Amino acid sequence: MLFEGFAKVADAGPVGMVTLRAKPGAALDAALGTVPGHRQIAGNVAWMSPDEYLIFVPYADVAAKITELDTALAGAHHLAVDVSDSRAVFDITGPKAADVLSKLMPVDFRTLREGEIRRSRAGQVAAAVWRHEGGYRLFCFRSVARYVFGLLSHSAQPGSEI
Amino acid sequence: MSTRLSCGGRLIDRRAPRDFSFNGKKMRGFLGDTLASALLANDQMLVGRSFKYHRPRGIVAAGPEEPNALVGLGVGSRFEPNQRVTTTELFQGLTATSQNHWPSLEYDVGVVNNYAARFLPGGFYYKTFIHPRFAWKHVFEPIIRRSAGLGKAPIDRDADRYEQAYDFADVLVIGGGVAGLQAALVAGRSGARVLVLEQTAHWGGRAPVDEAEIGGLTADEWIRNAVEALEGMQNVTLRLRTMGAGVYDHGYVLAEERIADHTPADGRPRKRLWRIRAAKVIAAQGAIERPLSFAGNDVPGVMLAGSVRDFVVNHAVAPGDRTVVVTNNDDAYRTAILLVEAGLSVPVVLDARAAADGELPRRARAMGIRVETGRGIASVKGGKRVTGVAVCAQAGQGAVLETIACDSVAMSGGWSPIVHLWSHCGGKLIWDEVNAHFRPDPDRPPTGQDGQGIVVTAGSASGALTTDAVLRDATNAAGGTDAPEAAVPQEAPVAAIWVMPQGAGPELRAKMWLDYQNDVKVSDVQLAAREGYTSVEHTKRYTTLGMATDQGKLSNINGLAVLSQALSIDIPQVGTTTFRPPYTPVTLGALAGEARDDIFQPLRRTPMHEWHEAHDVEWEPVGLWRRPYCYRRPGETSHQAVMREVSNTRTNVGLLDASTLGKIIVKGPDAGKFLDMLYTGMMSTLPVGKCRYGLMCNEQGFLSDDGVVARIDEETWLCHTTSGGADRIHAWMEDWLQCEWWDWQVFTANVTEQYAQVAVVGPNARKLLEKLGGMDVSKETLPFMQWQDGTLGGFRARVYRISFSGELSYEIAVPANEGRAFWDACVAVGAELGAMPYGTECLHVMRAEKGFIMIGDETDGTVIPQDLNLGWAISKKKADYLGKRGQERAFLASPDRWKLVGLETLDGSVLEDGAYAPAEGLNANGQRNTQGRVTSTYFSPTLGRGIAMGLVLRGPDRMGEVVEFTKLDGSLAKAKIVDQVFYDKEGAKQDV
Amino acid sequence: MLILECPHCGIRAEETELAPGGEAHLKRFGPGSSDQEFEDYMFARKNPKGVHFERWRHAYGCGKWFIAARCTATLEVFGTYPAQTAAPPQHIIDAVKTRRPGWEGYK
Repeated sequence: MLFEGFAKVADAGPVGMVTLRAKPGAALDAALGTVPGHRQIAGNVAWMSPDEYLIFVPYADVAAKITELDTALAGAHHLAVDVSDSRAVFDITGPKAADVLSKLMPVDFRTLREGEIRRSRAGQVAAAVWRHEGGYRLFCFRSVARYVFGLLSHSAQPGSEI
Repeated sequence: MSTRLSCGGRLIDRRAPRDFSFNGKKMRGFLGDTLASALLANDQMLVGRSFKYHRPRGIVAAGPEEPNALVGLGVGSRFEPNQRVTTTELFQGLTATSQNHWPSLEYDVGVVNNYAARFLPGGFYYKTFIHPRFAWKHVFEPIIRRSAGLGKAPIDRDADRYEQAYDFADVLVIGGGVAGLQAALVAGRSGARVLVLEQTAHWGGRAPVDEAEIGGLTADEWIRNAVEALEGMQNVTLRLRTMGAGVYDHGYVLAEERIADHTPADGRPRKRLWRIRAAKVIAAQGAIERPLSFAGNDVPGVMLAGSVRDFVVNHAVAPGDRTVVVTNNDDAYRTAILLVEAGLSVPVVLDARAAADGELPRRARAMGIRVETGRGIASVKGGKRVTGVAVCAQAGQGAVLETIACDSVAMSGGWSPIVHLWSHCGGKLIWDEVNAHFRPDPDRPPTGQDGQGIVVTAGSASGALTTDAVLRDATNAAGGTDAPEAAVPQEAPVAAIWVMPQGAGPELRAKMWLDYQNDVKVSDVQLAAREGYTSVEHTKRYTTLGMATDQGKLSNINGLAVLSQALSIDIPQVGTTTFRPPYTPVTLGALAGEARDDIFQPLRRTPMHEWHEAHDVEWEPVGLWRRPYCYRRPGETSHQAVMREVSNTRTNVGLLDASTLGKIIVKGPDAGKFLDMLYTGMMSTLPVGKCRYGLMCNEQGFLSDDGVVARIDEETWLCHTTSGGADRIHAWMEDWLQCEWWDWQVFTANVTEQYAQVAVVGPNARKLLEKLGGMDVSKETLPFMQWQDGTLGGFRARVYRISFSGELSYEIAVPANEGRAFWDACVAVGAELGAMPYGTECLHVMRAEKGFIMIGDETDGTVIPQDLNLGWAISKKKADYLGKRGQERAFLASPDRWKLVGLETLDGSVLEDGAYAPAEGLNANGQRNTQGRVTSTYFSPTLGRGIAMGLVLRGPDRMGEVVEFTKLDGSLAKAKIVDQVFYDKEGAKQDV
Repeated sequence: MLILECPHCGIRAEETELAPGGEAHLKRFGPGSSDQEFEDYMFARKNPKGVHFERWRHAYGCGKWFIAARCTATLEVFGTYPAQTAAPPQHIIDAVKTRRPGWEGYK
């Protein structure tokens, strides 16, 4: 899926993602190396909630990552699951990429910092977004990928710059 | 006649003519014209007919307060009714048509209502159309619908695109006149993030029209400098053509931007709805001039005095050659002076006050303009156009002193601050005796999140009516101290005069319009008062005063004043009606935004969606999911397709896309304990590798969801939910874990969409899996109600042996990205085994044949598991589970509950869905008593007859009894109460 | 449309990002409770004009439940705090009392 309007909207293809639920503590520090602060992305780990992290890995490495986490956290209460296939990931790029998202999300993109992940909604569905290589990266649930792509391309139509 | 002046017009570009049409007549205006100024330039004063009496109406105002001049704009898929000509920018090719007349604007038969006016007084709707009752539907309503209403709704689909956008500001300034600009300058210099909205296409508002001088500059120069300065500030955003529509809780503001209204079909969205969050709102919307109430004040050619100036200065359009000015204040003298300076004639200024000695009246007299004080208008002469005025003493009853010929009247009843945005969210008003208007009470602002005021007003919106006061107020509003100076003439105060003459009798009062659009007159409000309406809100609704699309912008204060006089109480005691958003109408397209067509709502699609689409699928909405209902083959009806799918699945093998089924992982040392609380059954004892059917209830005990639970490992369970229930059940789990048992060690994850799930169902199911190959799916290795991980046809798969059909059945979960390929593989290897896909209706028929319940069919939020003979799924050993206490309530434990049974019609026909079984006698409301209803009903191809399930009073105790059920045609169907399981009662087929 | 700050992740979320959950600090009554206790737990809800404590879930965000103390008449928000508590924390009670000196307490 690709749309080129005043910003470019592109399907980012398969991205490996592991949801890790665990409470902060020594075991988690050891398992993740760096534990990101509230709403931050540190390295390949994003803070999703006080006991939830999202770990980005190459799509092929997901199973290995889960094994690694399960080993590192053995004995500590945690849950690591593959969520790669349950998500759709889009890249919105171009100098006015924020305009596209500002039409869909109740988020102040002027204050969204580099390395900050914002979970919110896009149109009528849940979405998370952060600054990423010349624009923004957004993910949503896979079942609504077409809907979200429709939203993004509607919002990126030439002539509708804010 | 109204005409274009040969010079001037600060907003028009005479080198850029624009052709347009009005009622098919070709006309020409200029770039920078509004449709109103262009119509007046073409001497088109008559623009519409009034709502009730179909009286001829002309343009009254120059801004959004215009009540009369509403037209249908555009054609076909770009037609929009009820557009105010005063806020419509002229563009090449604009097409406008007048409204609310038949057969034509010039000759309207509805005008007979005018002569019947005495039979259509205030409240006539409530009085007239009562008896006889049948007449409402067949006589009154059709006539009212035809004659009432304004423009016609568009017929064609809207060709335009709309969108919405979010923005955030520390300071949001609404209104781009000198007050708004000054406030923005102060706020901008403080470093705050400032957003400025102006509803028109121009900055500066009315200051240039009134020839204000600011800091030694002309208003135009000062405005240009201010806008330039603001444009230079990184922290300031300016938006023209954006109307601040409403202020809501916690600084939420809606605004409508007209992007391409004046450039139709240029590819841009037509409108954008802004959803703004502001820490502070500065409302600088200005003020609106009030009309005066004299007989015939609605005749085309009677206009607001300030609006006359707007047209002359901004567009070089003179509404008339000879204009009588009538006023109760000094400001209107500006109109007289300006018109005379423009070379036009002002035969007289009629000033209702006893004296007029201010600077402006003196200047007018010095120019030779005749000024008559203590005078008013007894009546306006003319029908479709003013021809003259009859002059009377304001103090008297309207005896005519002289008649003066003129072709327009400029009236001014003083100015009222626009208090809408202040009031929307609870800001209070005070009555200002000096200026005779309601203005915002700065001590009682609307409050926000922190309990502090969120709106301040600036300029004439605060009640400041001279340029110097406006600038000082605007500066203060933004927290500044240094306001630019402005030279202003000294003005004498307005006199609180509303009705002209003071002692006007009934004859005159019945021709004095308060609300032009809804045709409400002084006499109507006085009648309401006589009939006992003392509350202003009631009077409004009874008379319809202020209820038209202009929401009483002109009529409000005059109406209150008339009501207060009629009730002999002060205006502040009468109070105002409620100001509600939007300030001016917002088009529905903007409110809908992007939510149209493909993205109207988020349809959820499974990984196999495209395959279904390519195979003549008929969709069934399940929540937001689209699931295949059935797949039609050429020549088949849907029913035939379903029958074929059932037979084939029972004979060969069927494939169902079960991906929508909810899948929630529950893990942790306390997960077993948690699930025992959530489900009615015991889940903690489920051995690893096994599956168990479970029921979930709410705290009242009513059944809320069901599904199969699989024990994955010592600490992990996987809970299947209904297709529509995954998000709800996941939220339900998190609610209990976070808010009640937060010390329990349990984590959940909703992995519904991580997997595609395929049900392979039927006698050949095992053969199909064996052909895919990769794991042992024999009865011995993978018995009924167990699961295993492995590979099938090279796919990583988790295989559950569960059945919702009574057949040998496997449900296979594979990673969603591989779902489509796996489905294709099943279809391919299944071909020689007779595999066919089947849809939800086939699933329903098969589960009903087996007597399995469906959440939402057999349950409706008032049904407990015990009603459905599901006592076996309720653990008797557990001290507690969610819903247990609720189910212990006496009325739920009663033997007189409606309980689930099977129903077999005596003639084999299919019972109607939802049909009731009548019982003897009547209930307290005089309705037939009932003793049961049908919850699921289908034709079973397996049994060759109709089968049904239903909830029947003490049903299981009445096996074999025949009960009658209603039919839509009024007759009754006889059905025998039977066991709910119609097919394979022993369950032998699924366990092979 | 309200704005409430999620105490878990720090987002000042607008109402469309939140899901409401009704009155806070209810005590659950299960098996063994009297009819009156169960009825009160299940159905008897406060509907004050003034200070109110209510549950919200940051549904389109971190997914966590929290409690907001706010005035139902003016919509002033006195504070938000995580739902993992049986009673409002002292700093919230202090904040309410500062703004509403006559307030009689949350029970």
